[in-house]
Amino acid sequence: MPLLSIDDLRVVLGGQTILEGIDLQLECGEIVTLVGPNGSGKSTLLRTIIGALTPAGGRLVRRPGLTIGYVPQRLAIDPTLPMTVTRFLNLPRRRSGEAVQQALAQAGVPELSSHQLMSLSGGQRQRVLLARALLEKPDLLLLDEATQGLDHRGTADFYRQIERVRRETGCAILMVSHELHVVMRTSDRVICLDRHVCCQGTPERVLASPAYQALFGPDTADALAFYRHEHLRERDTASPALAQVGAAHSMGASA
Amino acid sequence: MLDDFMLRAALAGIGVALAAAPLGCFVVWRRMAYFGDATAHAAILGVALSLLLSTSIFAGVLVVSLLMAILVSLLSGRGYAMDTLLGVMAHSALAFGLVAVSFVSGVRIDLMAYLFGDILAVGKGDLVLIAGGALLVMALVGWRWSSLLTATLDADLARANGIHPGREQLVLTLSLAVVVAVALKVVGVLLIAALLIIPAAAARPFCRTPEAMVLVAAVIGAASTSGGLQAAYWLDTPTGPTIVSLAAVVFVLCSLVDIGRRRLARMSSSDISS
Repeated sequence: MPLLSIDDLRVVLGGQTILEGIDLQLECGEIVTLVGPNGSGKSTLLRTIIGALTPAGGRLVRRPGLTIGYVPQRLAIDPTLPMTVTRFLNLPRRRSGEAVQQALAQAGVPELSSHQLMSLSGGQRQRVLLARALLEKPDLLLLDEATQGLDHRGTADFYRQIERVRRETGCAILMVSHELHVVMRTSDRVICLDRHVCCQGTPERVLASPAYQALFGPDTADALAFYRHEHLRERDTASPALAQVGAAHSMGASA
Repeated sequence: MLDDFMLRAALAGIGVALAAAPLGCFVVWRRMAYFGDATAHAAILGVALSLLLSTSIFAGVLVVSLLMAILVSLLSGRGYAMDTLLGVMAHSALAFGLVAVSFVSGVRIDLMAYLFGDILAVGKGDLVLIAGGALLVMALVGWRWSSLLTATLDADLARANGIHPGREQLVLTLSLAVVVAVALKVVGVLLIAALLIIPAAAARPFCRTPEAMVLVAAVIGAASTSGGLQAAYWLDTPTGPTIVSLAAVVFVLCSLVDIGRRRLARMSSSDISS
């Protein structure tokens, strides 16, 4: 049985149909990336999966006992709320000190436990959010543009961490991203969304598909060339200079 | 022992401060200051209705404040400019309340007591109500504490944990109405919001966790009410405003200490780097 099975899903927000005819199956341990232009319903789909939104039609079946870890786009914490990282990781349930420390280590920030949430940089905060999601021991990890506001280095590091998490925990990952070039490398499957599923498949197939190119413009060919080039290299040795080039291309692609 | 009116007043003040501390922190964290104002100002309408219907003031205030809080909750998140809307509702509630009170004969003299509180007139019955209200609010907020905090941090994060942010909001709304009803006698409708916000704001710089902030806010609130009570007695000033003034002075002192501390930290860190 798949972790999650979505069948002809329709979501309506404020009288407007945001998602229509969505079919999606998630299996154990796979990394699936949602791409799509602004307003294409990527975040809406994630929020429907976590139960924040109620579908107007269709079926959404979670495998019984499925645990979901959710990493939002960003955490807008009010400066008047004092909160240490440890206290945050104990919300809403108390965790053992060991579990907290292990989750922080898994997210790549073992040194942050006594820091104030407010004082963290954007990248640190995303990793703390990742640690909190990992504490759930999730079968499925949902990431909503988790690298928004991070620089190229930070983004690449973050996705390497995600791959490591999958390797260590075996959880499935469904993520929304704009950083096509980076994400393509880590994804088993890409789903291109524009209120409906335009196309899906392996990263290469999606990049080459006419539906994808119609959405993101003809420059996507450059991203594809970059992706192939990058794919041949060892994953952990991508130089910052190359990441820069890739970012320039994907910016052109999404414009 | 409760025959001493000063003792009753002090206990009433401490009771209200204890109930206001956890709620005041949430009002500050969730930026609900105006929401607190609107709920508190609606209380005067509750006073007028209770007088007209000859029912208990406490019950009238509780019901009207609760209705106001629920109305504001329903209207929020529906595309209205919230600060404008709350400004309209807070002051209209006050105005309508004052007009309504004027229809009730013989209470014009008592109006000041409802606007600014009359802590020295707290009777044994009031004390029971205040203690009950304070315990109720502390139990409610304590019971929902983790869920409330999670929902305050991020609504979707809470939903992913199976928490309904709307239900948690309702807990706060209900608690707010109870605090307004019990604080009416102590500081009056115009200054209830101050008693919620000022101790919490004063506590913020010295706390690393939300629990610590509630604790410090409770201490500051209790110290301000008992200190203000004594000051009002010596200076022969109105008690409610004196209590709030003292809290404001504490807030300023706390802010100054915080600013001084930051300066020192910056100076010592620049010493190291130079």
